[in-house]
Amino acid sequence: MTPARRPTTPVFAALGLLVAGLGLAAIHVAVRAPGERARLAESTRLVKVLGLTDLALFTEARYTRHPSMADLHTAFQDNPMSFEHFPSGLFIAPPAHLPGGQIGQSEKDFPQ
Amino acid sequence: MTPWLRRQRALADYTLSALGRRKGKNISLVVIYALIVFLVASIMMFSSGMRREADLVLSEAPELIVQQLTLGRHELIAGGEVEKLAAIRGVTAAKGRLWGYYYDRLNGANYTVMVPDDPTIKLEQGQAILGEAIPRSRGLSWEGAPLFLSRFEGDLVKFDVVDTLSHDSALVSADLMLITEQDFRDFFGLEPDVYTDISVSIRNEREIATIIAKAEKVMPKARFVTRADISRTYQKLFDWREGLLVTLAIAAILAFGIFAAEKASGLSAEETREIGILKAIGWDTGDVIAMKLWEGALVSVGAFLTGAVAAYVHVFLGGAGLFAPVLKGWSVLYPDFALTPQIDVLQLTTLFLVTVLPYVAATLVPIWRVATGDPDQVMR
Repeated sequence: MTPARRPTTPVFAALGLLVAGLGLAAIHVAVRAPGERARLAESTRLVKVLGLTDLALFTEARYTRHPSMADLHTAFQDNPMSFEHFPSGLFIAPPAHLPGGQIGQSEKDFPQ
Repeated sequence: MTPWLRRQRALADYTLSALGRRKGKNISLVVIYALIVFLVASIMMFSSGMRREADLVLSEAPELIVQQLTLGRHELIAGGEVEKLAAIRGVTAAKGRLWGYYYDRLNGANYTVMVPDDPTIKLEQGQAILGEAIPRSRGLSWEGAPLFLSRFEGDLVKFDVVDTLSHDSALVSADLMLITEQDFRDFFGLEPDVYTDISVSIRNEREIATIIAKAEKVMPKARFVTRADISRTYQKLFDWREGLLVTLAIAAILAFGIFAAEKASGLSAEETREIGILKAIGWDTGDVIAMKLWEGALVSVGAFLTGAVAAYVHVFLGGAGLFAPVLKGWSVLYPDFALTPQIDVLQLTTLFLVTVLPYVAATLVPIWRVATGDPDQVMR
């Protein structure tokens, strides 16, 4: 008579597999590291030789393509009181010097 | 196996059999739990990957960029300002940069057109070097295919594509188009002695503030963007994105929290009776608590491991497919790159502590009350 299979056997095996999965991920990190270093070095080299300032992540508008070079009030640059056009504008934080959540105060409310 | 281990294994066996009696409910609990861990871990891995990438790549950005502002907008800067900046003590070099945007009506994409200031890049008039996304989007699939650009109806300017920037640098160069200074000025109709902005190299980074103070006197209307500002912009951008995604996920996390707390902390009449029977047949309080501990640990550790491994696969092997549409936005051109795989042990530990520990604690508290009671009272 074969002994009944204990319920922990498959569950512990599955947990072991998952831990092995994390181990494989660590191996993947190590295996990919030299190639990734070369890729980043190439990007860094290009940034240096061309004097680039921004990542080419959002190419849809000038203030999302070059957030660090953009005008200070980019959200309203195309038209006063215009709404934000682009979804990536959602991901760009408002400038730190603007008081959050308040619109339409007088000039003296803004730190100069 | 030592008697202690044998005992623990037997307790785990019993717990699993008990969990198996409510299979559907428990499997759905683990699946939802794992999904929540997957979502939060994906957001954490993706955002920290992007932050790290931006930090590293932009560490070589120009120390200082000087922009002219007119009517609150970025304006062309006169060539004479370059010499004024170069004359400031501590400045190694000041160079006028020429770059701008071109909207291509054919594919609806924006290109960043730039004049390279690097002697190793050999370009002649009428030639262009393109970032990897432009030929991809324009369908210039064969070697040497020229690029035709039209600025207005009836206009056509031809550029011979002499090279394509390496795929490795796509993150910073996907939409770049490099042309000669003469071509740039002709194409955009620029005066001979104006620039988009000025990049300033500074010998000692600690002198930047002093140099800006001096430059402000010479160019009072200019805006100064330092390398630290650029880095801060990106750190903030990705912090903001991470916060926003987590905020969106909070509703799901809260719903799960309520579900899990209800499941873990409130004992059903059936479970209470089961504990009463176990105590009546001789289990002591320690055994009952150990059994429940096993239940909490198996559920939460299983869900944590599944979620974490799936998040790694999603972000670093699957190209963060869930976030890609949000990242691409309305862009026609976007860099084709995979994030550098990285496992942040501190990040994973934090996630483990905030997901596994509360669940295990929530299972333990109510059981303690029942397990220490009199079996006869508990069973009633």
